[in-house]
Amino acid sequence: MGVGNPNRAKAESGIVRWIDDRFPLTQMWQDHMSKYYASRTLNFWYVFGVLALLVLVNQILTGIWLTMSYEPSAEGAFASVEYIMRDVEMGWIIRYMHSSGASAFFIVVYLHMFRGLMYGSYQKPRELIWLFGMAIYLALMAEGFFGYLLPWGQMSYWGAQVILSLAGAIPVVGEDLVQWIRGDYLISGITLNRFFSLHVIALPMVIIGLVVLHILALHDVGSNNPDGIEIDQNKDENGVPVDGVAFWPYHVIKDLVAVGVFLTVFCLVIFFFPEGGGYFIEKPNYEPANSLKTPEHIAPVWYFTPYYSMLRAITFPLFGLDAKFLGVITMGGAIAILFVMPWLDRSPVKSMRYKGWMSRLWLGIFVVSFVILGYLGTLATTEGRTMVAQLCTALYFLYFILMPFYTRMEVTKPVPARVV
Amino acid sequence: MMMKKLFLLTLVMLLPVFAQASAGPAIQLDSMQADATDKASLQRGMQTYVNYCLGCHTAKYQRYIRAAEDLDIPEDLMTEHLIFGDQKIGEQMTSAMDPKLAAKWFGATPPDLTNEVNLRGADWVYTYLRTFYVDESRPYGVNNVVYPAVGMPNVLAELQGVQSKTCGDVAIVDLHGAAVMDSQTGEPMTEQSCEIFSIAEGTGSMTPAEFDATIYDLTNFMSYMAKPYKSDSQRIGLWAVLFCIMMTILFYFLKKEYWRDVH
Repeated sequence: MGVGNPNRAKAESGIVRWIDDRFPLTQMWQDHMSKYYASRTLNFWYVFGVLALLVLVNQILTGIWLTMSYEPSAEGAFASVEYIMRDVEMGWIIRYMHSSGASAFFIVVYLHMFRGLMYGSYQKPRELIWLFGMAIYLALMAEGFFGYLLPWGQMSYWGAQVILSLAGAIPVVGEDLVQWIRGDYLISGITLNRFFSLHVIALPMVIIGLVVLHILALHDVGSNNPDGIEIDQNKDENGVPVDGVAFWPYHVIKDLVAVGVFLTVFCLVIFFFPEGGGYFIEKPNYEPANSLKTPEHIAPVWYFTPYYSMLRAITFPLFGLDAKFLGVITMGGAIAILFVMPWLDRSPVKSMRYKGWMSRLWLGIFVVSFVILGYLGTLATTEGRTMVAQLCTALYFLYFILMPFYTRMEVTKPVPARVV
Repeated sequence: MMMKKLFLLTLVMLLPVFAQASAGPAIQLDSMQADATDKASLQRGMQTYVNYCLGCHTAKYQRYIRAAEDLDIPEDLMTEHLIFGDQKIGEQMTSAMDPKLAAKWFGATPPDLTNEVNLRGADWVYTYLRTFYVDESRPYGVNNVVYPAVGMPNVLAELQGVQSKTCGDVAIVDLHGAAVMDSQTGEPMTEQSCEIFSIAEGTGSMTPAEFDATIYDLTNFMSYMAKPYKSDSQRIGLWAVLFCIMMTILFYFLKKEYWRDVH
């Protein structure tokens, strides 16, 4: 034969063999599916990566169909969404799949990230997986922000106004920067058009690219597991990890159960509670954007509210910087600090199962603080709430800042040689 | 264990903060349960809408023909009785009033009402339409309980009658609606209230009960208009959820079968 690269896996004969001589089809299938081994002990917490991928596909497909009927102009945007909801055949299903999908995306991504924190999935040798993942999270937030302006409702408009004005808090260049982003003196059709372009072309491309990198890095070093034990340490005579199970068919079919549960809940939401109690689609968004009328209470969508709370919690100037700019730095810092996670954790073990009580306590404090901040971000401020937000912001940062100390000081439990 | 205790402790400490959250604006809305299956009610509601509301308030995202199909109204009857002017049945429910003139007359263009129930809720609309009262300080001589300083006249006054709000003594009732008695005198207890509504005799063509029913129908129609796909959604949704549950059960047994040999 002698065609193509002789060093890779190939089918015996037939059309697949023809392709294998020209493209690494069988090799790729084996590397990523039939001979990609992950621990047989992966639990409930390991389904959210697959679910995030499912939601990404949902967002792209429904997005393509929405774009067919959506009109990105200040005059036509609101009416075109109503047109989709009322006149386009099944348009309301597609739109609700997309709007609820956005919230679902953040729910599964937050749970996916929590899994990583709990089982030390960011630790050596998975630092790059974590960094790619964080980049996806960042791109996803931008995607959500740009997308939320498109229905051109009151909350779209004023939410974008509030978030854009944050850049205005940057000293010296702030105001010019905001004007450059808006492309106008206020949020207008020009802003809407550029957000549309970023939302449907630029960011989806970035996100898909990063997801590919995230998965390639994962499949190179292998999946972590609830014990944080590398399964390649114990291989049988064929070089197959003793505790590993092939991704295809075992993990795929296991994940299908999770997909079924997810779709059941997702259908319940899109058909019966598509507004998510005012959290997925906020009520003021049923009124077209009006630059002359500010809504009584502006709250960003729920997935931004933890950071919004942090912004509002900074009510005092410090070191000659004003409170708003400090708030912006705090928000940015809260996201940036997640990136250095792999280098903050100095524990000799990966999983929470073998870490000491201080790690567990701090992870608990971190999660509770994040949830409380998220909840407070949906409410108007009062003195009491601001104090709680300040406390939770401090605890959020302390989780990271103290991590190098408590992970090194605490007594860890012995890690078994094999997964349990 | 310690972690759980701390969780609980934190939550208990935060309770007072969250308790404030539930305290919203003080106005009590009357509740109404929209019923998308009551076609007769929706038809009457649409009739009220086109007769009393559409003159000023467009419903420009709602098409006549869609309402005809959804509410079981024959197209010829719709064209004859519910479409005014030279509008076609395939068109949207727009108003003949010039928005610029309207802004001049009322201080603001009357808003489009297609999404009013989505925006404010059915209870709000139901309460709003029934709580206009005489207030000579307002340009149109009326004010509203849930929308103070409203810019709109009470166009339904000819049905409801002239409603006024006065102060006086009212009986105190307990949670079950029974009168509370003074423990010493045995007399029913009263309190001062400035929310006593009364309708001037002979000013309206409907009894209070008839008027409430008319507003119920109107609000029901506006609820339909806010989400015309709602009954489709509930019908399809039921099957979609059932399908997903069956699929999940199938996957579950498939997983068990595949994983039988893994240990």
